[in-house]
Formats: sequence, C-alpha cells, structure tokens
Amino acid sequence: MAELDTSGGGKHKDGKVRTKKKAVRVDLTAMVDLAFLLITFFILTTTLNKPKAQELIMPDKDDITKDQLPVPETRTMTLLLGDNDKLEWFVGSPGKSKPTVIGYGKNDLRKTLVDQDNAIKASHGGQPMIVIVKPSAQSTYKNVVTVMDELNIVDIEQRAIVDITPVELDLLKRDGLFK
Amino acid sequence: MPRVKVARKSTAIDMTAMCDVAFLLLTFFILSAKPKTSDPIKAEIPAAAVSSTIPQTDFSTLLIAQGKVFFNVEDPDVRKKTLEIMAAKYKMSFSAEEANQFSGVESFGVPIAQLHGYLAMQPRDRDKLPQPGIPVDTTNNNELYDWVHSARLANKYVRNKELKIGIKGDSQEQYPTVQKVIATLQKQKVDRFNLITALKSK
Repeated sequence: MAELDTSGGGKHKDGKVRTKKKAVRVDLTAMVDLAFLLITFFILTTTLNKPKAQELIMPDKDDITKDQLPVPETRTMTLLLGDNDKLEWFVGSPGKSKPTVIGYGKNDLRKTLVDQDNAIKASHGGQPMIVIVKPSAQSTYKNVVTVMDELNIVDIEQRAIVDITPVELDLLKRDGLFK
Repeated sequence: MPRVKVARKSTAIDMTAMCDVAFLLLTFFILSAKPKTSDPIKAEIPAAAVSSTIPQTDFSTLLIAQGKVFFNVEDPDVRKKTLEIMAAKYKMSFSAEEANQFSGVESFGVPIAQLHGYLAMQPRDRDKLPQPGIPVDTTNNNELYDWVHSARLANKYVRNKELKIGIKGDSQEQYPTVQKVIATLQKQKVDRFNLITALKSK
C-alpha cells in the first residue's frame, strides 16, 4: 500500500525507550482531484484552440491573355459586395441583367447560389456555374470570407476574387449599398 | 439474540497510481500546449464552416486590424535570418543583441526605421506601445513586400522549405486593407494563402 513503513522497534541500543513513529499515510484524493481538473482544462484548451484556415487561391495577375478560353457570359454569376452586410448579384454582364440585393444568410446567399447553379447546369448541358466575387471598398473582410465559405459549401469550384469596376460600383451606389 | 456484526472495512483507496497517471497526463498536456501568443492588436477572426488545419512550422502570419498590418514568422531562427536579409536590403546594421531580441519577438508592426528603438524596449513595454503597423503603400514605400520576401528567402535558407502565408484579419476590417496585402503578396507571385478562420457549423 501507499505508505512508508516507518514503524521501528521500540528499544534501541542505548536502552532508551523512544516513542513509536506512526505509519505515514497521505490522503491523495484532493491532489488527484486537482490533477484531473487541470488535465480537463488543458485537454479542452489545446484541442479546441487549433487554428483553422480557409485556403484562398487568387488568379494569377500575369499571363492573363495567354492560354485562356473565353468565358460565356451566360454562365457567369457576379457577386458585388456592398456595405452593411448586403450584396447584390446578377448573371451575365453588368447593366444588361437586373441585379438582385440579398443578405449573407443561409436562406439568401446559399439558396441563390444553389438555384442559379442548378438553372445554369440545366440550360448549359451540365456545365458548372462560374462565380466572380467583387468586393467593394465598403465591404468587410468577414463578408469576403463568408462568401468564399458559402462557395465552398455549395461546391462551386470555378470562382475568383476580382477588383470591382466603375460600372459595377455605380450599380451598388444606385441600389444604396455604397456611399 | 445477539446480532452478528460485520466488521466494517475502511474504504480508503490507494490513490498513488491514479495520482501518478494524472500527473503524467497533466505534464504531457502542459508541455504539448502551445503558449498562447498575444497579438499586439485585437483581431476578431471571422468564422467559416469549411476549413483545414494550418501548419505549425514554415508559417508566417500577417495580422490585419484597424487598418494596420503586423508581421510574424513562426520559427525564431528564420526570424533572425529574416532580419539579417532585411538589414542588408535597407543598409542597416543590427547588433547580435538586437538580433537575439528580434528572434523572440512574435508579432510586430513598426516601420524598419523604428526597429532599433523597438528592440531596445523591455518586452513588457512593447505590448503597451501603440504600433503604427508595417507600411504597405502601393507606391515605393512597401516594407511588407520586403519583409515577406525576406522571410521566404530566410525560410528557404534555414529550413529548405517553402514558407506558407496566412492572413489573420479582423472581421470588421474594410476590404481595401486586405486587398492591399493580397496585392503585395501577388506582386511576388504568392497566389495561394490561408485565411485564418474560426469554426462554425454549416
């Protein structure tokens, strides 16, 4: 057992009678309690705090005209990110089709992406939709991450973050998403 | 009729083995736990549902918050080498003491001209110092470009591996600041990077 046997004989050589030492026994319950509490703490903090990352691949800035196929406008969906956590989208080229203003929620952005993807696949013989994300100067970093995340969830592989053009900025201004 | 009394045994359990195991595990977890690095500026990272783990080594983090950019490389040796390459680029010289200090600096955001003063400070005082961030102008004064470039060279030199770059941005950060950083990275043909995110459910 967990005790050190320190009980010795009563009599010593010199004949003196010494007091008999008691067996030492320490109650470890509190110590074990504390140790497990700390273990729990460290387990929780280490595994839950693992930093995660979303991989982002930007289109290469050079060689933009080389070896590239023209992209059909009808398959392209553009997302313009405005202020106050709102965005607007259209399919095709700016000005020709009317943009729709939506939010970033599950029922807004994700539903739109799924619907448009299905519609484009149906009308283009199964070819996937291409999404171009154009964040304006008044959109936040969170908006960009949210959009890319939704694209990951909906599994749209052909997407890119591109700088916004003045024409599209005017669209945002008209709809009150850019001041 | 006298009842037969069952002698009660004491219920003391030997805790020694349990205590040993508990402390062994505790030691393991304490040692494996990475000390939490304190960022010089608070950034609330955005959440994403789809994410992958980020590497612990060969990694550099660019912290973006309040329009400022902070720079950090994980490995202390790479940090030292980075400073050496930067010093050569900017025709400055750092003493061995300053280089040692720099290898212990996690995330910093001062222009290189102020680095001497920054390294001379006590580590405690550094946290209190309001740092202006690393200059990322699109014109000729882009120190972040040189820092990232030097760090990539240093990582290749010290560890013979490509440096991966992560962006840790504040949720409410306006996009132009992020855009400037991404443009800086793309200028040196880094088209692939990690946006550090928190977890959320779909």
